[in-house]
Amino acid sequence: MVSETVVELSRWQFALTAMYHFLFVPLTLGLSFLLAIMESVYVMTNKQVYKDMTRFWGKLFGINFALGVTTGLTMEFQFGTNWAYYSHYVGDVFGAPLAIEGLVAFFLESTFVGLFFFGWDRLSKVQHLTTTWLVAIGSNFSALWILIANGWMQNPVGSYFNFETMRMEMDSFAEVIFNPVAQVKFVHTVSAGYVTGAIFVLAISAYYLLKNKDTDFARRSFAIASAFGLASVISVIILGDESGYEVGEVQKVKLAAMEAEWDTHEAPAPFTLVGLPNQETQETEYAVKIPYVLGLIATRSLDEEVLGIKDLVERAEARMRNGIVAYELLLKLRNGEDTPENRSAFMAVQNDLGYGLLLKRFTPDVVDATEEQIKAAAMDTIPGVAPMFWTFRVMVACGFTMLLLFTLAFYFTAKRKEHKTRWLQKFALLCLPLPWIASETGWFVAEFGRQPWAIGEILPTYVATSHLSESDLWLSIFGFVGLYTAFMVIEIYLMLKYVRKGPSALGTGRYDNEVAKEKTEEVVQYV
Amino acid sequence: MFDYESLRLIWWLLVGILLIGFAVTDGFDIGAAILLPFLGKTDTERRVIINTVGPHWDGNQVWFITAGGALFAAWPRVYATAFSGFYWAMLLVLFALFFRPIGFEYRSKSDSARWRNNWDWGLCLGSFVPALVFGIAFGNLFLGVPFYFDELTRPIYTGSFFALLNPFALICGLASVAMLALHGAIWLQMRAGGDVEARAQHYANRIGPALSTLMLLAGIVMLTVVEGYSITSEVVGDASSNPLNKQVARVENWFANYEQYPLLWALAAASLILPLGVSLLAKANRPGWGFVVSSLNISVIILLAGSTLFPFVMPSSSDLASSLTLWDATSSKLTLEIMFWVAMVFVPIILCYTAWGYYKMWRRIEPEFIEQNSVSNY
Repeated sequence: MVSETVVELSRWQFALTAMYHFLFVPLTLGLSFLLAIMESVYVMTNKQVYKDMTRFWGKLFGINFALGVTTGLTMEFQFGTNWAYYSHYVGDVFGAPLAIEGLVAFFLESTFVGLFFFGWDRLSKVQHLTTTWLVAIGSNFSALWILIANGWMQNPVGSYFNFETMRMEMDSFAEVIFNPVAQVKFVHTVSAGYVTGAIFVLAISAYYLLKNKDTDFARRSFAIASAFGLASVISVIILGDESGYEVGEVQKVKLAAMEAEWDTHEAPAPFTLVGLPNQETQETEYAVKIPYVLGLIATRSLDEEVLGIKDLVERAEARMRNGIVAYELLLKLRNGEDTPENRSAFMAVQNDLGYGLLLKRFTPDVVDATEEQIKAAAMDTIPGVAPMFWTFRVMVACGFTMLLLFTLAFYFTAKRKEHKTRWLQKFALLCLPLPWIASETGWFVAEFGRQPWAIGEILPTYVATSHLSESDLWLSIFGFVGLYTAFMVIEIYLMLKYVRKGPSALGTGRYDNEVAKEKTEEVVQYV
Repeated sequence: MFDYESLRLIWWLLVGILLIGFAVTDGFDIGAAILLPFLGKTDTERRVIINTVGPHWDGNQVWFITAGGALFAAWPRVYATAFSGFYWAMLLVLFALFFRPIGFEYRSKSDSARWRNNWDWGLCLGSFVPALVFGIAFGNLFLGVPFYFDELTRPIYTGSFFALLNPFALICGLASVAMLALHGAIWLQMRAGGDVEARAQHYANRIGPALSTLMLLAGIVMLTVVEGYSITSEVVGDASSNPLNKQVARVENWFANYEQYPLLWALAAASLILPLGVSLLAKANRPGWGFVVSSLNISVIILLAGSTLFPFVMPSSSDLASSLTLWDATSSKLTLEIMFWVAMVFVPIILCYTAWGYYKMWRRIEPEFIEQNSVSNY
């Protein structure tokens, strides 16, 4: 079996590379739509400044996009390199949306992004506008298919276990696509992307306003960002709530961990606003509770219970005992005892096979698990409560702060006072990191909250890895961290450089700080 | 509509088509980037080279990503076994590829000559290493890869990274680099202006014979040294995907398919002649036709490699029965069917808008154009 360290390191590597990738994705999702909106205004009004806005924000988009593509490469192949058993076990279902993402979405986005940058003189106005919209639509389609794949990891529908091939196989593609978890995840995530794009434009425009630089350009950008951002942030919050409801339906453990709900409370359950969850004693110290609210969020009713962690552990224990039987029968079926009796007995318990596999971490043979091991494995079905509890609250706090910002920004823009309201400009600039903090904590809640499962109740993370050595993992993590850190430094350097230049970076001669450049005809000779 | 056996065969072809799509489209921008420091002596010349592929490299690279996704969906066991087994080879490819998107996008965003020169070498190595490693990986497929499956059928690779670097595989690696460099050179002869065009012609002229020689050398080693694999049990095309249900034996060489389908000898001959054709067309100053022949050459080489291995995809040298073939390493029938229809609908659409993009951006990039539009180009 695989060592515990290899599993831990594989998780670290995946988390690091995925969270790093996710620094660039939300901005691409949001900024591409903002570019499309700006260019639409240009085509409709024929005002040059909107074309310049599209091109300038497009330059920043490009700097971000390059790293999104770079880090995305890792994601397409890392399942194979580091999660080989996962890839084999669920590739039949999980691989399909990933491949479709390439064919349907990423081709569209990447082909047209080239035309977006290089096509200004080669395409008609309407052709170029169409190109920009296709980039935006392509990137959002990408998100759709990726989240269908991710939604299936959370809530694996439309599939069954085939003991002959030793893997999950798809039996309903429609169920996989219309997985309710995938649907709410998609709308919540892309809305978060729109908010990211909006804050990015809003904060940098606010910076120009603070500096009294390119005021006209900045005000128009600020206005578009505040309207788009307000609509998006409202949508994130409403759809986030919808997401909470969906989690309550299908991922009760995740919900209980997020809310540090140790005991099943009489309906309707109160919502713990803050407190210090303690995994050892299974209690939340210094809890500040608001009555009824959790019951309302999670069940949309006043009389349904929200299951607590202690009850969920008991449930897991019962399924684990079935899982041991399932595992034993599976080995029989695969080792020449493929009798009708064994088959039907296996069918009866196969849904709990995943729980049997959870025991692999405690005893490689599973069937000889002791009572203590079963108890320990059942406790293990609960992810770390305190990290879940806190990251979730940080995400929500960021969301509401941004709601406040966009409401104010929209209000002052409507009053045509945004360029004189300096405290608002400073507030906008300070809020720049918030969408990234919210996206990363949101990612953490969704994926850490899935543990100990790679595929919810089907495949434990522990058995999902590749057969690699600890030194392989250390070396590859070192490689990723080293390269990614260097790229990050370069990206931030370029971003700051172009933000400082502002629209003068376009070299049109229409903007502040533009010096009539004398062309120095210096020829650089390389050796 | 199709039975399982036909779907499996169709997917073998589709994976081949995706690989060909990758090598033909991304191949020329990889090739051009490999040649970048050698063909571009001044900053403007290098920008000429980079801007011939500027609008296209990103779309082209998606063929690679989609081929990865298609392997995952259609051949999950191959995706799992190959990428975890070739762990360091794959990571080396990824680490190298990282330098391409950022290299293209960031290179001209600073005026510093050192910055630009460093990125140029990043683009060159970032393209050279994947080209080399792909060839090496393919070469190792012919030799067999040491892996087996444990009791839960987890793939266990027992080789090492350095074992991949054997002489035969290195010949394949160099052939792969030459193939893409030739493709890049003929592309630049067609699309670049100024001195770059002339230098590209010179290089296209030289690389063709080198590629032919490497292919000949690989062929000779295949004929004399490399042992083949053969399925000795009955092949059941519609059985469930369990690679352990068959028997495999080592045989003298890989040429059993050639005896059955002598047409393969014609493909083999074409892979020796076509590179020379590209060079002749470059010399005759017909780079447009040269590019067509080079694309044909790439398709022939990939098709030849696949057909020689057929029906094997990834033979195991340490546990013969674990060898993966296109009959027993695929997804379920339903998944293959769904993915087939998705590919049937979307690949033609992709080809249409890609072609439109090339049509719109088609022009020779002259040095004057770069100097006059310094800000808007790479």
